[in-house]
Amino acid sequence: MDWLSSYKLPIGQGAKAFVDWLTTSGEWLFNALSAVLQASIDLLLFLLQGPFLKGTAFEQLYPLLIIVLISAFAWYMRRSLGVTLFTALGLLLIVNQGYWKETTETLALVLAASAVSMTVGIPLGIAAARRPWIYAIMRPILDLMQTIPTFVYLIPALILFGLGMVPGLIATVIFAIPAPIRLTRLGIISTPPSLVEAAQAFGATPGQVLKKVELPFAMPQIMAGLTQTIMLSLSMVVIAALVGANGLGVPVVRALNSVNVAKGFEAGLCIVILAIILDRVFRTSDAGDVA
Amino acid sequence: MTAAVTFNNVSIIFGKDPDAALKLVDQGKSRDEIGHETGMVLGVADASLTIEEGEILVLMGLSGSGKSTLLRAVNGLAPVVRGDVAVATKAGPINPYKTSAKSLRDFRMHVVSMVFQQFALLPWRTVAENVGFGLELANVPEEERSRRVAEQLELVNLTKWANRKVNELSGGMQQRVGLARAFATGAPILLMDEPFSALDPLIRTRLQDELLEFQRRLKKTILFVSHDLDEAFRIGNRIAIMEGGRIIQCGTPQEIVKNPANQYVADFVANMNPINMLTAGDVMETGIAASASETPVSGNAAPTTPLVDILDALARKPGNIGVVDNGAIIGTINAQNIIEGLTRHRRKDG
Ligand SMILES: Nc1ncnc2c1ncn2[C@@H]1O[C@H](COP(=O)(O)OP(=O)(O)OP(=O)(O)O)[C@@H](O)[C@H]1O
Ligand SMILES: [Mg+2]
Repeated sequence: MDWLSSYKLPIGQGAKAFVDWLTTSGEWLFNALSAVLQASIDLLLFLLQGPFLKGTAFEQLYPLLIIVLISAFAWYMRRSLGVTLFTALGLLLIVNQGYWKETTETLALVLAASAVSMTVGIPLGIAAARRPWIYAIMRPILDLMQTIPTFVYLIPALILFGLGMVPGLIATVIFAIPAPIRLTRLGIISTPPSLVEAAQAFGATPGQVLKKVELPFAMPQIMAGLTQTIMLSLSMVVIAALVGANGLGVPVVRALNSVNVAKGFEAGLCIVILAIILDRVFRTSDAGDVA
Repeated sequence: MTAAVTFNNVSIIFGKDPDAALKLVDQGKSRDEIGHETGMVLGVADASLTIEEGEILVLMGLSGSGKSTLLRAVNGLAPVVRGDVAVATKAGPINPYKTSAKSLRDFRMHVVSMVFQQFALLPWRTVAENVGFGLELANVPEEERSRRVAEQLELVNLTKWANRKVNELSGGMQQRVGLARAFATGAPILLMDEPFSALDPLIRTRLQDELLEFQRRLKKTILFVSHDLDEAFRIGNRIAIMEGGRIIQCGTPQEIVKNPANQYVADFVANMNPINMLTAGDVMETGIAASASETPVSGNAAPTTPLVDILDALARKPGNIGVVDNGAIIGTINAQNIIEGLTRHRRKDG
């Protein structure tokens, strides 16, 4: 079998050359992108952690204020006493366990990743629905993004963005963004042709057809895309911790390295609580709701 | 009378290479043959037809005969590849295929509007928001819009339902929303593609009556697609019968019943129920029948009295009905005359 391995096809070399090329020629782009993403995460952290209160008497109270706000939001979204109560108690338990700071970091990462995924994913989904050839190009890429082991693209993310929150965010977005793209496209192409024709018959422009017919029709699917994005992002916290992102993944990784069962369990529980809250609050109402 | 819509040798073909298909159209080939040889789908072949202002013209034919396609040529939604469409507007005739994108949108907002078989309402909107859809697209200011929507809701009797979601309504009510949406733009020309086919028979008749009632008041020009001859006869001033993309015959219901152009039309006519289109004048025996002196006269009628009223009268009181015009008896009707009248369209000799 020597003949088969005597000449190794330079696939790995090729990938490396590509990343090298990106690093040198795209440096300014990645720096700019990195700065923008870092700034948005910093803003979220600023709001969630309230560093301006440091050293004042209100420092201890700030987490409670945030918990009240999040619970109120849960009530606004769901109008359910159960969900609101669970949200409040779950977050209080996290504070009690001493993981509030990590939780806010994870929340900031998840929110930023979801926002990026949705703002980029929805337009891409619309484009894919409009032009079959765009979708033909996109499809294998989306498949690749979802199947390639996350660790593989953590390496170039590290090289391009350095250590910290941003590469974690990028890795999370790569993993999550296929969901909103696919679901947005699905929602739009499943708009009944008769509705589109009716709009055209009343003189709608293509933009009006999109805005007044297709997007509203696709809205349940787009919202399902949002829920999925949030959950997929949350499932990346531990992996994001490996490239230096702060959050609940850090104690998990540390517990793993020091074989610390107690710590691992606490951090894991916090992730589960956060997952349940986000799922309950953002979950689209059960299928069949929209006729 | 003035023409509202004129089709002049309109051909409609679905596919990438219409010229190849047109050649075969000119050789008189059928849709199947054309599809077989070129892979194109023949929608409509060389249709010429004039729709007069204020009339209801019904397009009739079996499924796939090209009715919906021809209807969509009026507002530029079907791919017309040859021939002319002219639609009268205040600013002169417009051909939707030869006008700018902007003026086509304007034309669709103000000149023609459309009612659909499956209603095509936006389910996430309320009744009022659906009725105002066309006005919203035309950027009519909020205030005027809600005024005009309220007017239309009043007309179709749905004021109480204004703020409900459309899918809370029954099929018949949903189609009244569809009608109100079409009326709301004030367009003088109405395209109706089997608007009542999805409704159950009782509701269908009721909406047909309502449509005729609106028409008496609003005097629109209506192009109406149906595959039900009874419906066509009930509401159509004229009927155009289509087969395989071609118009076979066009005329008033009476003309079509008297003189079916070919076997296809005759088959349609043979299967219809003429009871609603016949009048006393159609079935009477002219002059004073010999038998009339023996059986009692049970009532009088005018020549235009609907046959159903005569049937009711005879059911209450058997005998002869005298048909009176200008004070003189011009004919009589007995049970035998009615049976002959009801079955005349089935006999070849007419
Ligand atoms: N968008 C389209 N693309 C390709 N072919 C079409 C399209 N629309 C209609 N056709 C074809 O054109 C022919 C005429 O269709 P059309 O819808 O006008 O028939 P119809 O008389 O309205 O029938 P029905 O009673 O079923 O509505 C049919 O063979 C149909 O398959
Ligand atoms: Mg049709």
